[in-house]
Amino acid sequence: MAQQAQPGTVDSSGSKVKTLRGAVVRFAGDSGDGMQVTGTQFTAATALAGNDLATFPDYPAEIRAPAGTTYGVSGFQINFAATDVFTPGDSPDVLVAMNPAALKTNGKDLKRGGLLIVNTGAFTPQNLKKAGYETNPLETDAVDGYNLLAIDITKNTLSAVKETGISSKEANRCKNFWTLGLMFWIYGRELESTIKWIESKFAKEPMVAQANVLALKGGWAYGEAAEISHYRYEVPAAPVAKGTYRNIGGNQATALGIAAAAQLSGVPVVFGAYPITPASDILHDLSRLKAYGVTTVQMEDEIAAVCVSIGASYAGKLGITASSGPGIALKTEAMGLAIATELPLVIINVQRGGPSTGLPTKTEQADLLQAVYGRNGEAPLAVFAAASPGDCFYMTLEAVRFAVKYMTPVMLLTDGYLANGAEPWRVPNVADLPEIDVTFRTDPAGFHPFLRDPATLSRPWAVPGTPGLLHRIGGIERDYNSGNISYDPDNHEKMSKTRAAKIAGMTRDIPDQKMELGNDSGKLLVLGWGSTYGAIREAVARSRERGLDVSHAHVRYLNPFPKNLGELLTRFERVLVPEMNLGQLVKLLRTEYLVPAESFTKIKGLPFKIDEIEEKIRQVMES
Amino acid sequence: MSNIVETTKLTKKDFESDQDVRWCPGCGDYSILANVQKVMPELGVPHENVVWVSGIGCSSRFPYYMNTYGFHTIHGRAPAIAMGVKIANPELSVWVVTGDGDGLSIGGNHLMHALRRNIDIKILMFNNRIYGLTKGQYSPTSEFGKQTKSAPTGAPDYPVDPASFAIGCSATFVARAVDTDAKLLNDILLRAAKHAGTAFMEIYQNCVVFNDGAFDGFADKTQKDEHQLRAIHGQPLIFGAQKNKGLRIDSRTLGLEVATIGEGGVTEKDILVHDETNSTLAYMLARMPFPQFPVAVGVLYAKERPSYDETVLEQVAAAKAKTKPDLQKLLASGNTWTV
Ligand code: SF4
Repeated sequence: MAQQAQPGTVDSSGSKVKTLRGAVVRFAGDSGDGMQVTGTQFTAATALAGNDLATFPDYPAEIRAPAGTTYGVSGFQINFAATDVFTPGDSPDVLVAMNPAALKTNGKDLKRGGLLIVNTGAFTPQNLKKAGYETNPLETDAVDGYNLLAIDITKNTLSAVKETGISSKEANRCKNFWTLGLMFWIYGRELESTIKWIESKFAKEPMVAQANVLALKGGWAYGEAAEISHYRYEVPAAPVAKGTYRNIGGNQATALGIAAAAQLSGVPVVFGAYPITPASDILHDLSRLKAYGVTTVQMEDEIAAVCVSIGASYAGKLGITASSGPGIALKTEAMGLAIATELPLVIINVQRGGPSTGLPTKTEQADLLQAVYGRNGEAPLAVFAAASPGDCFYMTLEAVRFAVKYMTPVMLLTDGYLANGAEPWRVPNVADLPEIDVTFRTDPAGFHPFLRDPATLSRPWAVPGTPGLLHRIGGIERDYNSGNISYDPDNHEKMSKTRAAKIAGMTRDIPDQKMELGNDSGKLLVLGWGSTYGAIREAVARSRERGLDVSHAHVRYLNPFPKNLGELLTRFERVLVPEMNLGQLVKLLRTEYLVPAESFTKIKGLPFKIDEIEEKIRQVMES
Repeated sequence: MSNIVETTKLTKKDFESDQDVRWCPGCGDYSILANVQKVMPELGVPHENVVWVSGIGCSSRFPYYMNTYGFHTIHGRAPAIAMGVKIANPELSVWVVTGDGDGLSIGGNHLMHALRRNIDIKILMFNNRIYGLTKGQYSPTSEFGKQTKSAPTGAPDYPVDPASFAIGCSATFVARAVDTDAKLLNDILLRAAKHAGTAFMEIYQNCVVFNDGAFDGFADKTQKDEHQLRAIHGQPLIFGAQKNKGLRIDSRTLGLEVATIGEGGVTEKDILVHDETNSTLAYMLARMPFPQFPVAVGVLYAKERPSYDETVLEQVAAAKAKTKPDLQKLLASGNTWTV
């Protein structure tokens, strides 16, 4: 992780480009200002320049919030560095605020001494009022302590695009590219890839394309001409492993994982879904991958979405569904059916803030206990969790691999932070990906639907259309020896214990818990799961740089736990468990291993900051 | 539906499972089961390609008694699960058994969407106008004011009529039958099997324990001729013990009325001819108040349109024709850079 840049501390007399290890930049503006496009283009150019990076968009919850309001502010943060980057960064070093509302909602996050770029053209009395400012903050001490670069971006953009003759309304919409041009100048980025992007994006509107290119160049030219070269920085390329890279978000990686699972197993996927934030993008991505053996079905509700997947699994395809928050709650009963009938099923849970509707666009990790325990009856299923956007790809493959091998539902936990966050991802070699073996039963000799594999305890996958295997299954308890309906008390106990043993036995195939960083014994283990990975990784790295005996391990297999996890915990004097909930993994660990693991929680709909975890580690080590 | 031709002809026996049938003695379900088992061999579908899916309720035990593939699922969700089965393998002949509570109360939403999607599944709704398995609460098809265990002073809900509900949902095949009428059931099941889309069959089914005789007014042998109207495409809508009553349109109110042939100058020419592709007529037939009007049975509505599964298969085929799957290329799609 980069030493955070301190532009404000740079000697302003020098015109030399200053070299930094990294920087955190946030673009913020009205939803209509195109901040997501700006952020994405800045990211693409930064990746091309060879920096490691991580990004996070912050969309308003409203689809079309009124212009100029604080709840209509859209943001995009990028952390890039000459070294490894694990999170989108804590506080920005540079904040671009396109209007007063953006300053109002984001200003407090900017580092002291950070660079604040504002579009004065948007600081009109009307906009100031909408943002809740009584006086113009640029004229008060509100901006003291920052390096203020106040530019009338609106006016500069209009004059940059004037020659195209486009309407002033359209010209006004080129502001974001002007701003991007300036940012490109500050960080010495190439304009080429963005120009190409603009030209293909607006291929049908050449005038708009031309205006945006002119705006981009105008922003760059402004940097050259204005006396602001003391704000120019260079962030050298990061030493990353050789390979081909792309930028990937968590939902995107999950969708690719699903398509890859269909290809690797040779069994097509039926993906049942119902629109819900923040899981919908998985459906969108998959609906374009029909050629890869993925059929998407948008169902009438969450229940139908999981049911259509279960029906497909019953008939021999990979049934997969994805949802979030209340959507997962609605699928609960059907998951019980898949557990009872022992059918493979993958449920992707893109966790969001809860309960009920909660905070749909915000992130949380509060569905862990629900995933492990939240069904009627003794209803065990496997629970896995992805640690980073790119990891969503691999954990999706794992979820499918285990679901078909053990004939069981597997819930994969991701969250809003992973779903919308993005990082450079080294494209894997398909030949190196794990195999997904699927065997369908075809032999009628001695067949019954609950005849178990003695090692895995899994039942045969016998699908309709197979001659000689006609049978009935259902949610009523089944006889251990025939699969027929059984209300026998001893049989129910035997079946309940068998279902539990089947899930517990998955440890034979679950990789041992490994360390992410540090020794596998010592004073303090910071144990995390899910999207807290980056913040914990970096906080532990920094703590170790300061000489603290602290290690990091990250659990990807949450039910069952890897077989060595309990023993690993006992090798540390203390165990700290940071979670974005009120302490759920910590409960599981205490229950399972009787360890005095300590909980550190945050439940604000926002990810942990590195600083917060680092500070907690310091406190624990001192106490 | 599969085109594979069976070499050895299956019989009714082949479709009887080894499980003890556990419905109450005298339940209308027995007769439906026997007729279904009798019709199955006629379909010409390979034995292993037949799948029965059900929800929860007395009727939903049905799959256990059929020697086919069967899936007894959860309350109300059978249409959604059956849809997954059909999409996963369009070769399969997929049948759903549901009841008035399962299909119209807890599962009303799934039924509605299966019907409008026109997925190629066959839905048999056993309508006994009561909750049987949970022991006698009023159901969404129970008559207004019905006194039951859960409504000692009378049900305050107005009922839904399954057939007209289905028509309202843009179903492409809607038929009605009576549990004990073997001939009628037979005809309808065969027609439904041939229909390439969702086929919805409402079957009046007598629950001897909790709602005995609910349909006697038109289902009983002694009442049938006078109070049932068998709708047959292309034939006049005539009924009555003397076959002298018929339906015609009251042009002032645009509603149906019963006319007696031979009275007041009414001839057979004045009687409406059933057109099963006319959804307005089907809707009127489905909603005729009893006993002022007869109860319409038979195929009330049938009109083909592309089925959901057909459309999805076409889209998949088109995608495959356009793109040769290359996973390596897919993983590296978008902006990439090489280090
Ligand atoms: S309760 Fe009624 S519907 Fe159920 S099995 Fe008995 S008679 Fe048939």
